Amino acid sequence: MNRQARIALFIVSGLGFLCFYIWGLHGLPGFGHYPGPYGDIINSLTVYQRHATDAITAVNFDYRGFDTLGEEFILFTSVMGANLLLRKQKDDREQKRVVDRADDRVVPPTSDAVRVIGLALVLPIVVFGIYTIMHGQLTPGGGFQGGVILASMPLIIYLCGDYHAFEKVTSHVLSEIAEAIGAGGYAVVGLVSVALGYQYLTNFIPLGETGDVLSSGTILLISFLTGIEVAAGIVVLMISFFRQAFVYRKDGAEDGGKR
Amino acid sequence: MNQLAGEFMRMLPFLVAAWLFLVGLYGIVTSRHLVHLIMCLVVVQTSTYLLILGVGYRVGASAPIFADIPVGTPAVDPVTHALMLTDIVVEATVMALLLALAIQAEERAGSVDPEQLRIMRG
Repeated sequence: MNRQARIALFIVSGLGFLCFYIWGLHGLPGFGHYPGPYGDIINSLTVYQRHATDAITAVNFDYRGFDTLGEEFILFTSVMGANLLLRKQKDDREQKRVVDRADDRVVPPTSDAVRVIGLALVLPIVVFGIYTIMHGQLTPGGGFQGGVILASMPLIIYLCGDYHAFEKVTSHVLSEIAEAIGAGGYAVVGLVSVALGYQYLTNFIPLGETGDVLSSGTILLISFLTGIEVAAGIVVLMISFFRQAFVYRKDGAEDGGKR
Repeated sequence: MNQLAGEFMRMLPFLVAAWLFLVGLYGIVTSRHLVHLIMCLVVVQTSTYLLILGVGYRVGASAPIFADIPVGTPAVDPVTHALMLTDIVVEATVMALLLALAIQAEERAGSVDPEQLRIMRG
């Protein structure tokens, strides 16, 4: 299909979509008039039922824990898929080696200001990431957010130094193991509750005192495992992309020079 | 007239969501570069965030976090927030997978222009 035909098809189908969409909006309650009752019930019950003050984390890791398990495995498989696609491939037969086309460009050195501020931020970021993971049941936060904050630590080290500094603070094997433990641990928590005679992913750990860090039972445990998985998964992604950019392409450039 | 304006405001976030969806889709349809196409897909995805968070919003209500407000205070729907927050993180990794596919497309087919990628090979 050529370009004009595609755009024409887009305009026709886009207009059709808009008509049905606006028609459909008439049946929705207006913006700002949430009708409930599901969200309201959860809002009024989480503190009593789960001793968690953050209803969002309670929904994520308890009330809809099974749903989040599925989301987690989407994350896991897409990280593994990217990792698989970016590995060094042996069959050069069919494949045109990609080389860095701007291999001779001058990379400006990192400025001292970036270096100093970046290095000063490394420890606070680790602490803040762990804090966000561990306080997910009390205040905004949880495994997903805290994991991403934790994973930004190696990235800052890359910003301050270079690829070799990044390579020193990360480990592909360890990250993959941590990712697997995080993803598998979530499923195992569910199985433990089955073994104890409850339904899958029932909160079986004592709930503790509302407002304490160590409270709300499995919500904290699952949040912790999710944090490990998200942080390790994003580090695995960064390692794969950096290797692709800095190691394999450089190899290709060297081969290309010899031929 | 006033009623029409009220009706418009009532639907504004949902209309913005539709606009984001269509703009992103237009970008995908006319894309000349796979990385651009992936970014457009992210814009399409963003429209769902706006739509779903718009459904859960309530005028004058606070965030559903009862650490410093008493239980029973009007709060927005926590379910929509929970869905969107997992989705944002998952979306980032799915985007990484798509970018890896784009790198593979360049290695295998020598092009990142979707128009040039007509020949499928096993």
